Amino acid sequence: MDKNHLQHQLDMKRSLLDQGYLDEQFIQLEELEDDDNPNFVEEMVTTFYANSARLLQNIEQALGSRPIDFTKLDNYMHQFKGSSSSIGATRVQKECTLFMEYCEAANAEGCIRTFRQVKQEHASLKTKLEDYFKLARQGGPSAGGQAGR
Amino acid sequence: MENGFSSPRSESFPAGLRVLVVDDDPTWLKILEKMLKKCAYEVTTCGLAREALNLLRERKDGYDIVISDVNMPDMDGFKLLEHVGLEMDLPVIMMSVDGETSRVMKGVQHGACDYLLKPIRMKELRNIWQHVFRKKIHEIRDIDHHESFEGIRLSINGSEFSEDCIMFSGEDLTSFKKRKDFQNKYDERDYGDLSSTKKHRVVWSVDLHQKFVKAVNQIGFDKVGPKKILDLMNVPWLTRENVASHLQKYRLYLIRLQKENDLKASFGGIKHSDVPSKDTSGGFGLQSSIHTNQNDVANDRDQFSGSNFYGQDLDAKNNEGDQEEIVSEPRPDSKKPLTADVPDPQDTRSSQMSFDHSSASLGSDVNYTEFDCSIPKQYPWSECPEVQSKQEHKLLLQLEDGFSQQPPGVPQHYIEIDQLQSGRDTSSPIKNEPVLVEYKSHHESHISPKETAIDNFSVQSKSLIAYHQSFEPSSTAIKSMKPQAVDLSCITDLEPCQRNLISPSDLTFPPFNEDLTVCWLQGDFLNKNFGLPNMEFADYSDPGFIADIPVHLYDTLTSDYECPYDPTEYPIVDQGLFIL
Repeated sequence: MDKNHLQHQLDMKRSLLDQGYLDEQFIQLEELEDDDNPNFVEEMVTTFYANSARLLQNIEQALGSRPIDFTKLDNYMHQFKGSSSSIGATRVQKECTLFMEYCEAANAEGCIRTFRQVKQEHASLKTKLEDYFKLARQGGPSAGGQAGR
Repeated sequence: MENGFSSPRSESFPAGLRVLVVDDDPTWLKILEKMLKKCAYEVTTCGLAREALNLLRERKDGYDIVISDVNMPDMDGFKLLEHVGLEMDLPVIMMSVDGETSRVMKGVQHGACDYLLKPIRMKELRNIWQHVFRKKIHEIRDIDHHESFEGIRLSINGSEFSEDCIMFSGEDLTSFKKRKDFQNKYDERDYGDLSSTKKHRVVWSVDLHQKFVKAVNQIGFDKVGPKKILDLMNVPWLTRENVASHLQKYRLYLIRLQKENDLKASFGGIKHSDVPSKDTSGGFGLQSSIHTNQNDVANDRDQFSGSNFYGQDLDAKNNEGDQEEIVSEPRPDSKKPLTADVPDPQDTRSSQMSFDHSSASLGSDVNYTEFDCSIPKQYPWSECPEVQSKQEHKLLLQLEDGFSQQPPGVPQHYIEIDQLQSGRDTSSPIKNEPVLVEYKSHHESHISPKETAIDNFSVQSKSLIAYHQSFEPSSTAIKSMKPQAVDLSCITDLEPCQRNLISPSDLTFPPFNEDLTVCWLQGDFLNKNFGLPNMEFADYSDPGFIADIPVHLYDTLTSDYECPYDPTEYPIVDQGLFIL
C-alpha cells in the first residue's frame, strides 16, 4: 500500500479522534479485524447507520406526537445512544445524553432542539466515515481492512 | 483455573465457554460476537429476549453464561434476567449504555452477576468466565452439603474444599477422604461436567412431586417434616435431604406465588423506584423489585402513593430509622392497628420476627383487615386480584399517610395478619408468609414494617391460595389449616435471620446465611413474574400446575441449604417450563 496513502488515512483517523467524532471504541473495532473479518469496522459502521436510521425515525415520530411521551422518547434515545456507542460515535452520544436530560425535564423544546443536533452529528460523522473508508479502500485491496493498524 | 477444567470441546477452560448474547442492537450483537469469539468462546447471538429464552429452554445445559442488554423491545432485560436466573440458574451479565447507579443496582438486585457499561471492551469480556466458575464452585459446595457423597463426583479443586465443607448424608464417610482424589477426577473431567453436576441431583418429576404433595397433605402441614414425607412417599432412592430441600423450595415457592399474586393486584398501580433501600431494608428491595416488575421496569420513579418509596429517600436513608420513612408505607398512627381487628397481632408478629424497625403499625393493619376479608373470597388463584384491589386501596391510603413510625418489628405484621386470619375463614398460614416475606426483604434485618406488612399480606394470601391449590385442588376457600403448618415451617426457614422467630414446627432447614440475600432478591423475580400482568405463565387457577412446578425446579436443586429459598430453583409458573 502506498505509504502516503496509508499516512493520509491515519491522519484522517487521528483527526476524527482528536475532534471527538470518534473514540477508543472505534480503535477497538479496528483491532477486531482479522482475516475472518478484514473489513469489520466498515461493516459495523454500515450496520450502525442502517439501524440508526430506524431508531431516529422512532424518535422523530415520538417527538411529533402530542402530547409528547417523554418516557418513550427517553427510551428511544437510550436505544439510539447505545447503538452509537458501538462504533464510538462520541459527539453523537453527547447530544444523546443532552437530549435525555431534556426528556427528564420534560422540556419539549429542548428535546426538539437537541434532536436536531443529534441528527446533525449523526449525518456529519457518516460523511466523514464514508470518506475515511473510501480512502482506505483506495489504498489497495487489503488496505480497507488493515489501514489504521 | 486452567488445570482441570477441560471443556468438552477439548479446550482448556475458559476457552469454549458457551455464551449466549442477547441484544436488540444489531451492531452491538455483531461486535460482541466478534469479541467473544476472539476470547475463544463459543458464541450464540440473539436479537430478542423471547428468542433467547426459547433457546435457553430448548437446551437447558446448552449455555454457560448469558449476556444481555438491559433495554430490549420485547421484554425488559431485567425480566429476562429473572427468568434466566430462576429457570436456568445461569449467571447473567447485564449490559447498558446507562451506568446510573440505580440501574446497576437494579441489575444486581435482579440477580445479575455483573453489569457492564457500553461501550464494552474486550478485556471485560475476557473475564466473564469467572462468573461461571464461581457459580460452579458454589454449586459444588452446596451439593457437598446436602447430597449424598456418591452423588458428588466433581471437585473443582481439592483445596477449595476445606474442612468446613461438611459432607452430609453421612452415607459414606470414607468417601470423604477420597476428596483428595478429586483432583485426579477433576482433571479428567470436562468442564462441561461441572454443569452436569445437576444431573446428580434429584429431578423432581411431576409424578414424584405429586407423591410429595400427597404425602405432605396426608401428614398435615403443621406436622410435616422431611422424614415423614420421605417415609410416606416410599421412594427408595430418595433421601431425606432431597425431600428436605424440596420441601423448603416448595414452601417458599408457594409463598412467593401468593405474594406475587397479591402484590400484583395490590400494587398494580403503584410504582416504586427501582432502588430499594440499599443496605438495611432488604425488604425494600424486595418490594421495589416486585413492584417495579409489575408496573414497568422502566419506571424508576417511585409513585407509590406519592410517597417516595425507594427513590430519593432511599438514598438518603440507609439506616433503620430512615428506612421506615423510606418504606413509605405510612402507617398512620391514627390508624387503628390491626390489633383492633385482631387482638394483639403485634405480639405474634414480634415474636415471629424481630426487626430493627419497629414493626409499626403500618397501616398494614388496615390492610390486613381488608386483606383478610377478601381472602376467602379470593380463593381461586385467578381471583386474587380482587382482593388485591382492596388491599391496594388500603395500601394507598396508608401510604398517603406517610410513613410515620416504624413498627416495633415485623413481627407485628405477622401477628396482625395472623390474628386477622384466625378471625376469619382464612387460615393462619398467612402468618408464616409474612415471616418469610419479611425475612426476604429483611435479610439484613432492616425491614420497613409497612413493607413487610404488605408483603406479608400478599404473601400470605398467596401462599394460602397456593397451598390450597396444591393440597386441595377442589377447594376454593382458604380455610384449611394446612397452610398454617406450612407457614410455620416457612418461618423456620427464616429463623436464623429473624431475631425472634417463632419456633417452627419443622427445624430441618438450615439457617439462613447471606446467600439468602441473593436468594430472595432473585426470588423477587419469581414473584414478579407471577405478578406481572403479561405473565406468560400457566394459568394460576390450575391446581395442577403446582404439581408441575417442581419439575423444573429440581433441575437445579442443590444449594438449598445455603439459600433456603433459591429463586433460581423455583420454577416459574409456566407450563412451558416444565420441560424435563
